[in-house]
Amino acid sequence: MLTKRIVPCLDIKDGQTVKGVNFINLRHAGDPVELGAKYAEQGADELVFLDITATVENRSTFAILVKEIAATLNIPFTVGGGIRTVKDVEILLNAGADKISVNSAAVKNPRLISDLEKEFGSQCIVLAVDTRYDGNQDIVYVHGGRIATERKTMDWVKEAVDRGAGEILLTSMDHDGVKTGFAIDITRKVTEIVNVPVIASGGAGNCQHFYDVFENGNADAALAASIFHFGEILIPDLKQFLKEKNIEVRL
Amino acid sequence: MKIAIIRYNAGNVHSVKSALGRLGIESIITDDPAKLMMADKIIFPGVGQAQTAMEYLIDKKLDKLIPTFKQPFLGICLGLQLMCNFSEEKETECMGVFPVNVQKFPEKLKVPHIGWNNIGKLKSDLFKGIKENSYVYFVHSYYAPASEFCIAETDYILPFSAALQKDNFYATQFHPEKSGVIGTKILENFINLKGEK
Repeated sequence: MLTKRIVPCLDIKDGQTVKGVNFINLRHAGDPVELGAKYAEQGADELVFLDITATVENRSTFAILVKEIAATLNIPFTVGGGIRTVKDVEILLNAGADKISVNSAAVKNPRLISDLEKEFGSQCIVLAVDTRYDGNQDIVYVHGGRIATERKTMDWVKEAVDRGAGEILLTSMDHDGVKTGFAIDITRKVTEIVNVPVIASGGAGNCQHFYDVFENGNADAALAASIFHFGEILIPDLKQFLKEKNIEVRL
Repeated sequence: MKIAIIRYNAGNVHSVKSALGRLGIESIITDDPAKLMMADKIIFPGVGQAQTAMEYLIDKKLDKLIPTFKQPFLGICLGLQLMCNFSEEKETECMGVFPVNVQKFPEKLKVPHIGWNNIGKLKSDLFKGIKENSYVYFVHSYYAPASEFCIAETDYILPFSAALQKDNFYATQFHPEKSGVIGTKILENFINLKGEK
């Protein structure tokens, strides 16, 4: 059976992981290549590397890093952050990324998704959506969740999949960083309107939260960062927990 | 030992080279028929679209050459599909190494089939030391149905061929180069196959 996926996410700035990392037996806590390999060894099903570097010059540093990651990792990985053009994607895929994620640039210019689909196929295009409930409806946010747009989350997700997005990475800004669990309702709603995998993100605080988003949110994968980085949850323990609750995972 | 990876207009060629590199094995990426014929083993990877890939292979005359190879040959993902007779993807005539037609998954579940799934009914030395129901990584929307050439089966929507073999031709629908230690072992098994040129 197809398994649910556990996806650690690493934020990268100037070639180093940004969020504090509290790993035992890791020589260079800030080295994304070593950290990625460590997660792969522990049973991560996939990794996401997000470039949060602001300047254009540092983008080439990121491509070099992607090359190193590709040479080291034996599991699939997605890269994202600041992708604006077909050329950006070409560089990252050629560097060895399996998939790329687009966010703000696609909201601004939805045709980017169609162009990427035509060029590289939908299997490598992840649409990252930052969503927040405004008291009335779910709205798409851009620029790291700082700026609200006019777009309704459900409409946007549907349009993006029609244009060729092969996967949705859905981050609930209401839940991100607060560790009270994933956004179950909107995750489920998104899985009901599109026929591509949905990665839930934002809010993971304990193992039960992962169970809830798989079982009740119908998510295909769940992404988290700090709880893995700080060793609050170890991936083998998490997978064992899920397995015992009859969630299909790769052990 | 000389390992050649076929260069063509489908992504993922470098991932296979990296995976071999992790095993300490050197390889070359080429579309030069002479170099391919000289190789001890050939790998034919691929992520992409069947029709545009076939057009490239026809242009390079590799479509006629590939089925004549005698050395151990491994197709991966799109590589497997191009080694079949025909693909429903853009109604594409393929190379016909395996007399099988590639079909599109009915959309009863999510398509593409993305992620880790298990392989069973394992046959052939390609899976030496691999346990039944081991997990490997898939990304695809089209599949080769079960047939007499099936050497590994996976169930998604319906049972399909996760791997095929006919004589010296092997092919996996999953990505051994992205399938963790299990995938690495499968690549190693391929490299260790005995073969002629």
